[in-house]
Amino acid sequence: MSGWMHHLIVAPIVLPLAISALLLAFDERRRALKRVFSLATVGALIGISIILLWQVSHGVGASPVAAPHVYLLGNWPAPFGIVLVADHLSVLMLLLTSLLGFTALFYAMARWDRSGPRFHVLFLLLLTGINGAFLTGDIFNLFVFFEVLLAASYGLILHGAGTERTSASLHYITINIAASLLFLIGVAMIYAATGTLNMADLAERIPLVPAADLALLESGAAVLGTAFLVKSGIWPLSFWLSRTYAAAAPPVAALFAVMTKVGIYIILRLSWLLFGDTSGEAAGFADNWLIWSGFATMLFGTIGILSARTLTRVAGHYVLVSSGTLLAAIGIGGHALTAALLFYLVSSTLAIAALYLIIEPVERNTDEEDVVAGVAEPVFDDEYTGAPEEEEDEIGIVIPGTIAILGGGFIFCTLLLGGLPPLSGFIAKFAIIDALFRHATITPTSWLLIGLIICSGLATLIGLTRAGIDLLWTPAEDTPPPLSIIEVAPIGLLLATCLALMVGAGPIFLYMEKTAGALGDRSAYVEAVLKAPRAGEIQP
Amino acid sequence: MEIVLALAIGTLTASGLWLLFRPRTFQVVLGLSLLSYAVNLFILAAGRLRTDAPPVIGREGTVDPALYADPVPQALVLTAIVISFATTALLLVVLLASRGLTGTDHVDGEEEES
Repeated sequence: MSGWMHHLIVAPIVLPLAISALLLAFDERRRALKRVFSLATVGALIGISIILLWQVSHGVGASPVAAPHVYLLGNWPAPFGIVLVADHLSVLMLLLTSLLGFTALFYAMARWDRSGPRFHVLFLLLLTGINGAFLTGDIFNLFVFFEVLLAASYGLILHGAGTERTSASLHYITINIAASLLFLIGVAMIYAATGTLNMADLAERIPLVPAADLALLESGAAVLGTAFLVKSGIWPLSFWLSRTYAAAAPPVAALFAVMTKVGIYIILRLSWLLFGDTSGEAAGFADNWLIWSGFATMLFGTIGILSARTLTRVAGHYVLVSSGTLLAAIGIGGHALTAALLFYLVSSTLAIAALYLIIEPVERNTDEEDVVAGVAEPVFDDEYTGAPEEEEDEIGIVIPGTIAILGGGFIFCTLLLGGLPPLSGFIAKFAIIDALFRHATITPTSWLLIGLIICSGLATLIGLTRAGIDLLWTPAEDTPPPLSIIEVAPIGLLLATCLALMVGAGPIFLYMEKTAGALGDRSAYVEAVLKAPRAGEIQP
Repeated sequence: MEIVLALAIGTLTASGLWLLFRPRTFQVVLGLSLLSYAVNLFILAAGRLRTDAPPVIGREGTVDPALYADPVPQALVLTAIVISFATTALLLVVLLASRGLTGTDHVDGEEEES
């Protein structure tokens, strides 16, 4: 535990926050500078996440053991001070977020960051919030980081303005404020029942909660869970999702694909840590709710995919299917299933992001009126002070063979999302089904999950193929629109990552197994947090 | 004291929820504000109600924690107030933008057919 390596864990939060504050000082005329700064920041975040990943799985400094990496902010001992905890799961999510952030930001440079003011500031702020939510070790800070990410997302949803965006974001903001209030109620009830908000401390105290307070604790956890489930888009709290995501600018929607996963992450973390098998009376109290609402979400998403008329809606409903699958799998639980669902989480998030990015150039060709125009009239006059008078040309080289590239990418996305072999989507679904079969007895719930996974894959395939035939095969009268390399590169990067997931499935699964193992090993987490040495203390 | 607080929270929540489900955007904003007041009071109640007990312990020697109020909920409420303040302000801006773009203050951006 020596030197700067130990402090690296705060970087994913502090770095984007500081840079975003710095960028606020520059007006829109210095766009090139902003681009360089924010892209470099997100690039650095990828590097930092990789180093953290290495630290967590190989141990830090002299102690070569894989242990959660705990950082005491303010140097107070754990249950009293605020802690950051990096374990297998959180660094995995950090890496996924920075990768998505990088590609979305790169894509945004094609033209989207010009369609409104302060795009880069909000983007980095959103990353701050997401990273903080993954790293924090207590529930109230989770609330704070959630608010940071929500506040930034409100701004990003509105990015580019326009009637559709404004009215979709009005719903989005209202629902999320209401969910935040539920979050606070849940936190207060859990605090009333246990007297602590530190996750590790909670894990220790929950088995000791007297039977009389159990109802208070469980209803608190249920209210808290509802707040996260709204975020992850569970049925029937998900009607806002596909419309909002469809209205957002494509790079924003791509990054939002990971925001639903923040809710999933918290549910996964809390259900293992607080309500795992050793939590006494409160163990697994909401599992059945998760399973059945997960099924309902999958069903709703599947029907939504089949009935959607625009590609963005298909993508939005696919987000729901993915959330539902994950929640149902979390509810069923088990070591092998958790490893499989983590793989599915990574693969489906990357694929959804790629789909959101590719939809816009694919649909650009259609005759229909551009519903969500890239640039809209400013609502408030002062927004555009300092914005350049005339738009510069698209940067980057326009590449030939647009239709071939788009078509190829689209087919790739379809195969990934539909879960066809040999791509990573197939491996993920196969792993989930395999894990379900490995249980001693295969319950009807498992069969139902298997059936729904297969049906939703088929529906995705049908929905996307239909849209693909419409958009790519129907001969267009006018020449295909120019496609800049800046738009192709990030899509290519995302799809290449999915390919890497497929090729490296063996080692990656090994990591996921370790992650599931670390999640199951509650005592290691609790001990690492509560016994974390303070700076200046000599380790025994 | 408990009954007064409970009644206050209940009244605020009920009126807040009623306003939240109204069709006008301004009513929704007011509803959310009332709900956030209710939640703030609720958090305070979660730390057990105490009167005449300071939350901050001084530096003088050992003290009996039973004589002090729980400082954590108070800190939580402060944070929650600031955050709800900011989000309400943001929502107001979106409300104005929506009013300007759609020409109506209905939450769906269009009047219901009646």
